[in-house]
Amino acid sequence: MTPVRISIAAAIGSVLLLLIVLELIRGRRLKERYALLWLATGLVLLVLSLWRGGLNTIAGWLGVSGYPPAILFAAAIMFVIAVLLHYSTVLSQLTDDNVLLAQEVALLRARVDALEGERERERETDEVVTEPRAG
Amino acid sequence: MSPRIVAVVPAFEEEAAIGAVVSEIHDFDPGIDVVVVDDGSRDETTEAAVAAGAVVVRLPFNLGIGAAVQTGFRYALEQDYDVAVRLDGDGQHDATELPKLLAPLERGEADVVTGSRFRDENGGYRPPLGRRLGITWFAKLVSLLSRQRVTDTTSGFQALNRPAIALFARDYPSDYPEVEATVLLLKHRLRLLEVPVEMRERETGSSSITFLASLYYAVKVTLALFVGIARRSAVPNEEAPR
Repeated sequence: MTPVRISIAAAIGSVLLLLIVLELIRGRRLKERYALLWLATGLVLLVLSLWRGGLNTIAGWLGVSGYPPAILFAAAIMFVIAVLLHYSTVLSQLTDDNVLLAQEVALLRARVDALEGERERERETDEVVTEPRAG
Repeated sequence: MSPRIVAVVPAFEEEAAIGAVVSEIHDFDPGIDVVVVDDGSRDETTEAAVAAGAVVVRLPFNLGIGAAVQTGFRYALEQDYDVAVRLDGDGQHDATELPKLLAPLERGEADVVTGSRFRDENGGYRPPLGRRLGITWFAKLVSLLSRQRVTDTTSGFQALNRPAIALFARDYPSDYPEVEATVLLLKHRLRLLEVPVEMRERETGSSSITFLASLYYAVKVTLALFVGIARRSAVPNEEAPR
């Protein structure tokens, strides 16, 4: 059976995590898209720490006989891995977007330079034409 | 009407060599426009290229060779060029060899023509052992995957027609891109042709690939090759092969 103190500590930890995540969302420092996995982590850990019988049952299924709280660690690690994997996909997407943006900026700048050069030349030829008349 | 040709020259911190590369292309054929893609150099690469008469597309920060080359292809596509030739910014590709690349393209025999250092059986190029192993490994692997004899998968000396430009503008591998690009081409049923060319030793700077880095690239590119074959997005092909 899981020691009561571990259950309490784990529940407090989970609630803290949930509160921090909610506060970050409220302050718009965390987008809901990225918060979902963290909220799921907090909720699952909270349920597992409070529902002591359930934790024991799951431990039994998985053949963890001596120390049911190990399931808590396992669940936490699984979620952390999921969050990290999610970050890697986000990072890859951002890298691609970043490359595309840099290319686009460079191509646009080359076009602006070309256009400005063209306009400069036009103005010069205009001056050549109008100057004698003005003088 | 003769085709409009653009030379795409990726350059990273090549201020000493880039001017000569641009002038050499212009000396060879003044009708070829040269676009230098400055891959976020901190030296005077852009200034040197502009002074030599090239159009410069200057990337705001270093993106790596693949994305730099792709930028050039996107430029070629946007500006409606019929043919793009790619030469390295360090001067190892000889502009006077360009007719060998352009001729098969003009005859419509291929969509991409690559200058190979190894096609020429009595050819002079003997790279150091480590590099030779890598090149051989990829040549064998790509030949196997593409069911076509490919001898130089690392050559950046290429000429491309419009369908190939369009493909690479849309989708081009990142670092050490030539190997993957070869497979990408064949997946899209574009015709690849290798012709023997001679290349010069590097004039300035050092090769961007050190020993450890080449080991890393060998593993990464091998992985990418197999991923490339299994990849979902590689198959749909908008433009029908001509």
